[in-house]
Amino acid sequence: MAIVELKDVVKNYGGKGSDAADNAVDSFNLTTKDGEFIVLVGPSGCGKTTTMRMIAGLENISGGTISIDGRDVSQVAPKDRDIAMVFQSYALYPHMSVFENMAFALRLKKLPDAEITARVQEAAKVLDIAHLLERKPRALSGGQRQRVALGRAIVRQPQVFLMDEPLSNLDAKLRVDMRAEIVKLHRKLAVTTFYVTHDQVEAMTMGQRIVVMLNGKIQQIDTPQRLYEWPANIFVAGFIGTPSMNFLRGKVGADKRSVANEHFNLTLTGARGGALAAHAGTEAIVGIRPEHLSYLAPNDPIAENVLSGVVEVVEPLGSVTMIQVQVGPYRVTAQIESHLTVAMGEPIRLRCQTDKLQVFDATSEQSLLQAPAAS
Amino acid sequence: MKDRTIGGILLTALAYFVALVMFFPILWMLLTAFKTEQNAFTIDPHFLFVPTLDSFRVALEQGSGYLHYALNSVVSAVVSTLVGLLLAIPAAYAMAFFPTKRTDFTLVWMVSTKFIPAVGVLIPIYLVYKQLGLLDNLAGLTLLFTAMNMPLLVWMVYSYFKDIPKDLVEAADIDGATTLQTMRKVILPLALPGIASAGLLALILAWNESFWSLTMTDHTAATLAVYIASFKSAEGLFWAKMSAASVLTVAPIIVLGWFAQRQMVRGLTFGAVK
Repeated sequence: MAIVELKDVVKNYGGKGSDAADNAVDSFNLTTKDGEFIVLVGPSGCGKTTTMRMIAGLENISGGTISIDGRDVSQVAPKDRDIAMVFQSYALYPHMSVFENMAFALRLKKLPDAEITARVQEAAKVLDIAHLLERKPRALSGGQRQRVALGRAIVRQPQVFLMDEPLSNLDAKLRVDMRAEIVKLHRKLAVTTFYVTHDQVEAMTMGQRIVVMLNGKIQQIDTPQRLYEWPANIFVAGFIGTPSMNFLRGKVGADKRSVANEHFNLTLTGARGGALAAHAGTEAIVGIRPEHLSYLAPNDPIAENVLSGVVEVVEPLGSVTMIQVQVGPYRVTAQIESHLTVAMGEPIRLRCQTDKLQVFDATSEQSLLQAPAAS
Repeated sequence: MKDRTIGGILLTALAYFVALVMFFPILWMLLTAFKTEQNAFTIDPHFLFVPTLDSFRVALEQGSGYLHYALNSVVSAVVSTLVGLLLAIPAAYAMAFFPTKRTDFTLVWMVSTKFIPAVGVLIPIYLVYKQLGLLDNLAGLTLLFTAMNMPLLVWMVYSYFKDIPKDLVEAADIDGATTLQTMRKVILPLALPGIASAGLLALILAWNESFWSLTMTDHTAATLAVYIASFKSAEGLFWAKMSAASVLTVAPIIVLGWFAQRQMVRGLTFGAVK
């Protein structure tokens, strides 16, 4: 267990005339809590894997420091950092049995045989692979290999776990099962863990805190719930949540509460009410999640905070129905109850849940809302 | 065999024919080795004759020095192969798993030295060897063989290493292995078939090498190639004795090749099928 601290960490692969703009990872700052589960998420090429490899020591850092429990490990070899890593490819040693794979690190540490056996068997029991110890990796299924890879990490009893997209080679169902199991394992072992994924659902379901990255830069570090409710910018807002948030461009009204153009007029309420006080007249982008739009019967008298348009696509998912509605130039996705029957080509009115709206500056794309302090 | 079509039969026949053409010189050498000198020299070739071991007797008799040459061949081939592997494995390891910007260039440059005909560098090497007193010296010849096979060994071992995912090196690194431990416990066991076939190829090439043996050695360090050539003398050619000597020279390596055949094929196609 350990506190991992990354301070102004920079990675630049160099090359002719490269400068700060070419940084693969740029001024990365993060301090974990002891035993925290941190997820690094972002599209491919965002620097999440590079960051993890720097923590592992597989990649040199170009600037900043990385410390584990106060010990600066920036220049320490991977083997001396007391970390364990689960690779995307599992990287099991093909010529060794499952037992030897798991025992490898312990043998290198020259632990007594009895302890090695005890530790491997303990880990094998936890991961339900005790019956596979004599097999070679090639005789295992994908899910079993995944467990062995995890086992090889946990027998080490390291200070930090690193997991690089460990589930991406599994099929969808197994992935969901393993997801839950890794979370369970983490709760049990309480070892500080970094987990890299490009899958925002994985990030949301597993992470205690999530680091959203884009182009080498941290976009936001927060708990899953706060990322969902208070995204710091348009990228995070669009990246977190499925289907993606809808974005409509307008101007902040003179009342400093509403954003409008000729196709809509939405007024913020609740905790968000006063947020636009300083921004009257600013070009702004409103974000609305599909689940915060609801169907409004044609004869309903409500007329405020309503989007009117024409149904273009209807996708029944069983539990809910996704519809796409053309509102002026915007294609808006909404999630409506499945018992409602809407037909393509028909006019429709959608009501916005105004206490859930997001507002972003149209130029900087940063949120104009003030997130309440984290509890 | 279900599909015995005309084409199939023709192809099979062609394969046998090609194999026969390739094998014929060896067959002829073998036959000649068992003939008398007169028989070996006739214009119309004899396939049927009364075999004699006379040529072998001469080739192996006290004064011929077969064992002396054979020992030199064994020492130079084996030692050059082992030293070559000892140097090539770390070189290939570094280039396969920790490539730099110039790794590709280095590899191509190493192989490009094989494009030069040996005779092109004969004079400088001869002069250097003369200065160093390495002419007709077994260590000198072994050094030459090592250098000669080095590009091949590096290139082959490199390509076997390339087939091993780098993740394994990194996993071992994180598991606490030193570079030597990673090499010994993870990489070498996986690349062993490939390394064995590279070594075998180097061994065969060194064993069969004749150009340098003939030019750089006289007697002390001379190998079996020199021994064969010694049957071509001023008094004339001795076909039968020369053939017997050739049989005695190629026999060990053919026997070795036969036993290692499976290994060779596996090593040479390693990575191609997987």
